[in-house]
Amino acid sequence: MKKNWWKVVAVVFVLYTIIAGFLFNVPAQPILHETIRNLYFHVPMWFSMMTILFVSLWHSIKYLSKSNIESDIVASQAAHTGMLVGALGLITGSIWAKYTWGAWWVADTKLNGAAITMLIYLAYFVLRGSIDEEQKRARIAAVYNIFAYVMLVVFLMILPRMNDSLHPGNGGNPGFNKYDLDSTMRMVFYPAVIGWILLTVWIFTLRVRLEKVKRKLLYND
Amino acid sequence: MLLKQIKYLIAKEIKLEIRNKYALGGILLYVVSTIFVSYLSFKSIVTPSVWNALFWIILLFASVNAIAKSFISETKGKLLYLYTLVSPQAVILSKIIYNSLLLTVLSALCLLVYSVFIGNLIQDFPLFLLTLLLGSFGFSSLLTMVSAIASKTSNNFTLMAILSFPIMIPLLMVLIKLSKNAIDGLEKWDVNYLLVLVFINVIIIALSYLLFRYLWRD
Repeated sequence: MKKNWWKVVAVVFVLYTIIAGFLFNVPAQPILHETIRNLYFHVPMWFSMMTILFVSLWHSIKYLSKSNIESDIVASQAAHTGMLVGALGLITGSIWAKYTWGAWWVADTKLNGAAITMLIYLAYFVLRGSIDEEQKRARIAAVYNIFAYVMLVVFLMILPRMNDSLHPGNGGNPGFNKYDLDSTMRMVFYPAVIGWILLTVWIFTLRVRLEKVKRKLLYND
Repeated sequence: MLLKQIKYLIAKEIKLEIRNKYALGGILLYVVSTIFVSYLSFKSIVTPSVWNALFWIILLFASVNAIAKSFISETKGKLLYLYTLVSPQAVILSKIIYNSLLLTVLSALCLLVYSVFIGNLIQDFPLFLLTLLLGSFGFSSLLTMVSAIASKTSNNFTLMAILSFPIMIPLLMVLIKLSKNAIDGLEKWDVNYLLVLVFINVIIIALSYLLFRYLWRD
C-alpha cells in the first residue's frame, strides 16, 4: 500500500474532477458558456500525452545506451498509452468544437499539431511492425522515436508563433488565463491535471506488466 | 581524418552517379513529367498560394523518390565493406552532402520547368532561391536519415513515405511560408523564419550524426 499511494491520489482526484467539474460554478464567458467545463477533461489529456511520450523518449534513449530489452517494452507501451490519451483528447476536443466552432475539425495550429503527433506515433508502430528481429526492432524504433520527438518539439515550438489559434485563451479569445479563469476553476483544474496524469501513468504501468507477462508466456512455451 | 573520408566518399558517389547515368536521368524525368501532368490538368495557375503549394508538393515527392535509393538500394555487402574502411559518421555525412547537391540540381530544374509551363509568379527571386537552397539541404538531411532507418525494414519504400512525411511537416511549413513571402515580394525579409530554417537544418544534422552510430550495425 505504501508504494501505491499515488494510485489512491489518482482515483480521488479524477473522481473529484468529474463531480466538481460538472457541479461547481463556472464563470459565464461569451461563446464558451457551459462548455468551459471541457477544460477539466480535454486539456489534461494533452498534458498526460506529453508526459507519457516523454517517458517513451526517455526509455528509448536508455535502450540505446544500455541495450536492455525491457526499456524497449516500456518505450513502446508508453507510446501506446500516449496514443490512447491523444485519441481521447481529439474526441473531447472534436465534440467541443462542434458546439462552439460549429465544425468537428477546423484548420487550427493546435489541431494540426495534435494530428501530426498522432501520425508520427502511428508511423512508429508501423515501423515496429515491419521488423521481426527483437533487438534490431528495439534499436531502430528507438532511433526513430528520438528523431521524431525532437522534430515534434521543434514543430510545437515554431507553429504557434506562425499563426494564431482559435482556442480559448489564444488570439484574444476568452479562456484560460489570469483574467478569465477565476479561482473556483483553478481549484478543479490543477487537481484534474494531476489526477489524469497519474491515471495515465497507472494505465501505462499496467500495460507494461501485461506485456512482460505475455513475453514470459511466449518464452515458456 | 573525418573530413578526408567524407571528401573521398562524396567523390565516390559522384563517380558512381556519372557512371550510372539513367538513375539521375530517371529522377529528373520524374520531375519533368510530373510538372507536365500538372500543366495539362491545371493549364496555368494565377493564385499564388496554389502555385506555391503545388510546387512544394512536386518537389517533396521528387525528393522522397530521389533520396529513397541512397541507403535502400545499397547492397548489404557493399555497406559492410564501407564501414570497415571508414567511420560510419563519414558515411552518413557524405550521403547528406551528396544528396543536398543532388536536390539542389533537382530543385533548380523543377523551378525552371515549372515556371516555363505553369508560369512564374515570383517577385523576390533571391529570397526564393535562398529558400530553395535551404530547403534542399533540409530535405536531404532529413530524408537521408529516414532512408537509413527505412532500409532496415522489410517493406522499405512504403515506410520511407510514412516515416518521413509527418516529421517533414515543420520544415515544409516554414519553407512554404518563406516562399510565399518571396512570391508576394514583401519589402522586408523575414529573418526569423530564415533563422528557424537554419536551426532546423542544424538540429537534423546533429541528430543524424549522433544517432547513426546505433543504426548502421546489423
